Amino acid sequence: MPDALVAHAADHGHAHAHHPAHQHHFETMEQQAEAATLGMWIFLVTEVMFFGGLFMAYMLYRVWYPEAWAEGSRELDIRLGGLNTVVLIASSLTMAFGVRSAQTGKRMATVNWLLLTMALGLTFLVVKFFEYKHKYDLGHIPGANFHFEGAHADQVQIFLSLYFCMTGLHALHMIIGFGLMSVITWMAWKGRFSPEWYTPVEMSGLYWHFVDIVWIFLFPLLYLVDRAGHYQ
Amino acid sequence: MTTLAAPSPVNYLNVKTTVASWLLTKDHKRIGLMYMIVVTFAFLFGAVFAALIRLELTTPGGDLVSSDTYNRLFTMHGVAMVFFVLIPAVPAILGNMILPLQLGAKDVAFPKINLLSWYIFVVGFLFTIYALVAGGVDTGWTFYPPYSTQGSPSHVAATGLGVFIAGFSSILTGLNFMVTIHRMRAPGLTWFRLPLFVWALYATSLVQILGTPVVAITVLMLFLERVAGLGIFNPALGGDPVLFQHLFWFYSHPAVYIMILPPMGAISEVIACFSRKQVFGYSFVAFSSLAIAVFGFLVWAHHLFVAGISPYSAMVFSFLTYAVAVPSAVKTFNWTATLYRGAIWWKAPMMWVLGFMGLFLVGGLTGLFTASLGVDVHIHDTYFVVAHFHYIMVGGAIMGYFAGLHYWWPKMTGRMYNDMLASLSALLVFVGFNLTFFPQFILGYLGMPRRYHMYPPEFQVLNVMSSAGAMVLGVGYSLTLIYLTYSFFKGAPAGANPWLATGLEWTTQSPPLPENFRETPVVTEGAYEYSKREIKVA
Repeated sequence: MPDALVAHAADHGHAHAHHPAHQHHFETMEQQAEAATLGMWIFLVTEVMFFGGLFMAYMLYRVWYPEAWAEGSRELDIRLGGLNTVVLIASSLTMAFGVRSAQTGKRMATVNWLLLTMALGLTFLVVKFFEYKHKYDLGHIPGANFHFEGAHADQVQIFLSLYFCMTGLHALHMIIGFGLMSVITWMAWKGRFSPEWYTPVEMSGLYWHFVDIVWIFLFPLLYLVDRAGHYQ
Repeated sequence: MTTLAAPSPVNYLNVKTTVASWLLTKDHKRIGLMYMIVVTFAFLFGAVFAALIRLELTTPGGDLVSSDTYNRLFTMHGVAMVFFVLIPAVPAILGNMILPLQLGAKDVAFPKINLLSWYIFVVGFLFTIYALVAGGVDTGWTFYPPYSTQGSPSHVAATGLGVFIAGFSSILTGLNFMVTIHRMRAPGLTWFRLPLFVWALYATSLVQILGTPVVAITVLMLFLERVAGLGIFNPALGGDPVLFQHLFWFYSHPAVYIMILPPMGAISEVIACFSRKQVFGYSFVAFSSLAIAVFGFLVWAHHLFVAGISPYSAMVFSFLTYAVAVPSAVKTFNWTATLYRGAIWWKAPMMWVLGFMGLFLVGGLTGLFTASLGVDVHIHDTYFVVAHFHYIMVGGAIMGYFAGLHYWWPKMTGRMYNDMLASLSALLVFVGFNLTFFPQFILGYLGMPRRYHMYPPEFQVLNVMSSAGAMVLGVGYSLTLIYLTYSFFKGAPAGANPWLATGLEWTTQSPPLPENFRETPVVTEGAYEYSKREIKVA
């Protein structure tokens, strides 16, 4: 019996020894891992529906106001948006390596890949901050002080409202992901994960990939409306 | 049937008794009880508003409250009852209590998330209470813009935030139950051996998972529009308030099924037990739950028939609304067929079930009236609609909740209640309910609009009948509160299985052990094998 299990059995006063991460209401570790995985996928379904309401609003107004959508979209910085897309895709790759390292029981590799993923996530957020700040300086924040020179200022305000809701919600998910990752990096550092149990790493990975995928939809929908011939 | 060992003196109620042991519990049964306390509190709130509304409407003039106050009364009544009573009542109280027991599990799949969802619910409720204390909200529980985003002087933001937060509690409960049903079933408990309550909770979870996030984001957009001045639904900018109605009802119509499906599941359990029979057409009843959940997502625009939507889409939605009545009818017919030639046992849970059947039938059939395009134009926003949805939500969901509560009460508390008082209470509620809401069908048909605190004098007789009925209803519910509270402290010990019912929940002691079963049960037969049991009708 591995030492960790013996120690756990001792301080629990258990007749039976089990893995320290094994919760009592599950019969086996496999059952526990299956439950966590299913739960995470269902959670991601709820997230799809959550963003779905915004996508629905986006779709309706894009069909109604194609000119305003093109006008609003051209206000966004395609270079910074493109950079962030690359950064996020790279972070998905490093996350996948992190999960793989946890599965194969490589402690320091797991920690390093997770730290790298966090650094990329932070890069994304910093870039996003400067994009927002630029919008603020131009008076493009929807609301009482909204200011926009253009033929469809009102509808562009709807576009920018959706832009801030969608990217803001996405950024909030990034921040939550960053928090999750801090915890599991610390757990990985402490050597909590092993090839028998690495569920939290895998679940955080699923979450992180989901957040990336949302961006893969947001980027073209928000930044790339009617760019052909207008690239500037 | 195996004989039970002597019950352990330690059960989930007395294993630890400190306040912290309750507030930090991960035991699904304790969490169920904690939900019951908050929901009962919300029910009292909602009931007080209802009483004030009915009191105002006893006279045609607006003499008790101003129209502004009246707007706040019916809004707060709706918000409290819909989001903090009907939606959590059966899934979060009875579902938490009973689901793991019925599955032969030690707990739900994620006990910590289960506790978290209770806290989220309480925080959401506190926001709503804050809005109430600060002066209330007057938009109607549906928060339609542009009034809610621009015109309303009331506390829309705090209430909206409360509803938004409480939504996550519902999502997490649905997620937890769905994983629990998939992964925590006892050996031998195959899908078609599951009690129908489990099927109903599964279908409900589907609605909670797919629908609630949509209303959450919608209310969030509304909140940001009101607080930060975003312009998503603002018609002045070219935004579309009807988009809000679509998004809102995409959840809020299926939410009706969150309210009614779990009580339907409880009804199936009680009807089988108190008819001493298999539920007629088990698989049809099981699949009708799923059908209701799925079709329920395709009917939302029937709330928008007069909002200026395309007549062609209105036709499709009208047709689909008729279609969703089919699985509900399947259930009702199958329950009736279960009663037929059953050995009916006239105990309190059964009385609530029979009340449910009568009221749900009326509620369901009048739903077909409102689904019909031509009729809906006439009765839209009248008391006909008010009567219809109260027959479903109170006559259906709340009666079903009480049926389930009376059925599982001995299991939850280990004590019996006074059966005669309970039956009397069911009768009072049934009579009081019909007296309150049947006149409203007539009022609505005659053209009395909802949400006004004054009305022409010729409507007074029917309104007085309705208010009198509300008093009877109030007495009925108060009686329930009294004898159940008494039973909780002083009731006679119930024993493990007072109804001689099938189902794993009855194979453990009452109140159950902290981890439910001494050893994981093994299931070898279907859910309602009453034919194999000795019939012992007391």
